[in-house]
Amino acid sequence: MPAEIYLNVAVAGLLTGLVYGLMALGLSVIFGVVRVVNFAHGEMMTIAMYLAIALFNALGLDPLVMMLPIAGVLFVFGYALQAGIINPFINRPEHSQFILLVAIGLIIVNVLLIAFGPDARNVQTSYAFDSFMAGPLIVDATKVYVGAATILVTIALFAFFRFAALGKAIRACADNYTGALVVGLDINRLYALTFGIGAACVGAAGSMLVLLVDVTPALGPAYTLLAFIIVITGGLGSMPGALLGGVLIGLTEALAGLLFTPSAKSMFSFGLLVLVLLFRPQGILGRRAA
Amino acid sequence: MAGAQAGTRGKAIMSALLTIDAVSKRFRGVLAVDQVTFEIGSGSIAAVIGPNGAGKTTLFNMIAGVLAPDRGAIVFAGDRIDGLKPDQVCRRGIGRTFQLVRPFPVLSVEDNVIIGALLHRNDPAAARRRAHEVLAQLDLFDKRTQRASALTLPDRKRLEVARALATDPKLLLLDEVMAGLRPVETDRIVTILRELNRATGLTILLIEHVMRAVMALAERVLVLHHGAAIAEGAPAAVVREPAVVQSYLGAEAV
Amino acid sequence: MRRLIEGVPPRGLVGLAALCLALIVGPWVANDYLLTVLIVILYFAYTGQAWNVMMGFAGQLSLGHAIYVGLGAYAAAALYVHFGIAPWIGLAAAIALAVACGALIGFLAFRFGVAGVYFAILTIAFAEFARIGFDHFGWVGASSGFFLPVANYAHNDLWTLRGNPTMFYYVMLVLTAAAFVLCRILLKSRIGYYWQAIREDEAAARSLGIDTFRYKMYAVIISAGMTSVAGVFFAFYYNNLFPEQVFHISRSIEMILGPIIGGIGTLFGPLIGAFLLTGLSETMLELLGALGLDVPGAKQVFYGICLLLVVIVLPEGVWPWLARKLGLAEKQS
Repeated sequence: MPAEIYLNVAVAGLLTGLVYGLMALGLSVIFGVVRVVNFAHGEMMTIAMYLAIALFNALGLDPLVMMLPIAGVLFVFGYALQAGIINPFINRPEHSQFILLVAIGLIIVNVLLIAFGPDARNVQTSYAFDSFMAGPLIVDATKVYVGAATILVTIALFAFFRFAALGKAIRACADNYTGALVVGLDINRLYALTFGIGAACVGAAGSMLVLLVDVTPALGPAYTLLAFIIVITGGLGSMPGALLGGVLIGLTEALAGLLFTPSAKSMFSFGLLVLVLLFRPQGILGRRAA
Repeated sequence: MAGAQAGTRGKAIMSALLTIDAVSKRFRGVLAVDQVTFEIGSGSIAAVIGPNGAGKTTLFNMIAGVLAPDRGAIVFAGDRIDGLKPDQVCRRGIGRTFQLVRPFPVLSVEDNVIIGALLHRNDPAAARRRAHEVLAQLDLFDKRTQRASALTLPDRKRLEVARALATDPKLLLLDEVMAGLRPVETDRIVTILRELNRATGLTILLIEHVMRAVMALAERVLVLHHGAAIAEGAPAAVVREPAVVQSYLGAEAV
Repeated sequence: MRRLIEGVPPRGLVGLAALCLALIVGPWVANDYLLTVLIVILYFAYTGQAWNVMMGFAGQLSLGHAIYVGLGAYAAAALYVHFGIAPWIGLAAAIALAVACGALIGFLAFRFGVAGVYFAILTIAFAEFARIGFDHFGWVGASSGFFLPVANYAHNDLWTLRGNPTMFYYVMLVLTAAAFVLCRILLKSRIGYYWQAIREDEAAARSLGIDTFRYKMYAVIISAGMTSVAGVFFAFYYNNLFPEQVFHISRSIEMILGPIIGGIGTLFGPLIGAFLLTGLSETMLELLGALGLDVPGAKQVFYGICLLLVVIVLPEGVWPWLARKLGLAEKQS
């Protein structure tokens, strides 16, 4: 196969991987700070996706433009979920927490199923068939916009955690829970805030992903698993790791889909996951051994 | 079998049940245990004392198999045990308790001890009989059907000792078992331990801060400071050594 | 036998006897629809009990248990369709395959210290791997499905498991009862005690001489083997297998609803949970049907809400609470 095809597929995979990375970033933030394993992560993203579709179909609003409002809605959802339901579970046995979130995920998937039906939906924007060309490279315009948007959002996120007082407070919480308490930080509020931010990441990722894939309610669990694979591969609790993992998975998926059959691409991700779990459980960029 | 020997150094190796030979352990640049050498004779009671961070629990963890020493050897009943896993060490005959007690919370007192007794008995009925024996020795028989999490701290401490005893150890490692107990409770455990040692020849190694217990029980004391052994011998002699007073006890304690 | 019933209060034994009686005469009083519902209840009680061995007894959370059902189902079905081997013989292959798979997962997880959420993810990944793999496995139909020849239902053939629902009901009843008895035996023996110790505090368990790796492996392979038997039943009862359905994560989650709602780690939990869940959801569907509504997904939302409520309000499960009310407190494992 000519080299250009590999190049194009790789670039497409890379750009898609960036969005995956943003989704996984949300999971990493939630786990790194609140220590909650969000088994409903992908399902939350499908909420955002359907929201984007509904807005597009009803009002013709471009999901890229609606990215911020949708992220905002998911933020509120995440905040409320954490503050209202999840908070008491932080000190309960681990399996209780998992089951709580599995239940929430189950409800989300099926409510969406009832509301929107099982048929695949997507969003066709005016620029859906445009592409950019640079030498041998032909890239979908959509993917470029999405990639750029993701990079912007990620930079904003990093800046928030690095420079904003609230962001630093959240990191303090993650690094040293007792210390944060002693210093007088309102842990519960920070937790809710963090979950909201994680949800917002997923909201942004979802409204972008809607431009790249067909949406069904069943995507929820699939993306939850993908998010975990990315986060574990990249390093649980490491934000750059989540991005790196996302890009890596995006790349392997795209190339595996090219070299083998499309369904084989998940098998590669799983293979990668098993290898990481066995030999480097802290992930590529993870700080401490898991 | 050669008996216990109090206060003498350099005795024949054959009578020692546990020999710690120039054992060292480093954690990321910090030397937690520094070439410690110590022997415990079969049937004797010994104690390891020293300020917090002196390396006492690290030493215990190396004996119990939770950690492997970086250097040196640990010999128990003639065989090297350094590097063995905790369950293997227990099967060789070493029982231990934990600094922060960890009984199985949801299970009853009886079940906790039965689990210990099952090590050498396949049949739960036989294990239960042994568990009852041990519970009686530790004064917990009446509470045997209570949930472990419902017990008071002193009771939970004795439960952990009972559970470890049920594995029929030759050597019992007790990690700060007196911590947090009132003097009356401390005396109670001291009496129980002394009786066990006298009646069954159980060898006991204690980590302790409660000097009252150390003086009452130990025949020999090892003092650790910054990971190294700074004194060793009979309790009465050791607590007077200037290095010990300076680093740990303070003049008032003597 | 005596040891099995030691510690059970007399009214508990009476209740148990009454339950057994009711289950045995069930088919005579139930109509066809009710019979199929009962079969589903027993199926979930059985698989719930099998899953409970790993989670409730040994404390390892598996979210990919459907893989054992699938492996068992395909193994027995393939042997029957391709070689005419009866399911009771095919059972051996089914169990062997599931046990091997469980041993692999257990070995990978426990040797490398993969626990908690990582273990759960590992089990999910394996089930997904199997789903995609079988989608391409031509010998058993791949994604188009694998079909067993459907025989004349008037004639019951127990050996090849071809027959009417009543026969299947009794087969499932015997399996569930056997699982129940097996679990009781395991719980009361040394292995049961060791499992509880490992579940409560693995490090403390090791300090008591328990080889935790070995006992966790036992839990995994016993659970896997038991679950695969349900797979064989599944194949011969429904007569068609699709990887997309059999290995799907929804199956894995369905399996664990019963024991979680009924009570993890208890003997009756999976049974009570299965009764409650299936009973209530079927009732709900009847109501919706009576209102003229056909809402796909309603059942799952119902399941999710039940799960949510139980986990928040009755974290130990319904059975321990019920048992206390009825004065039947089971010795909590």
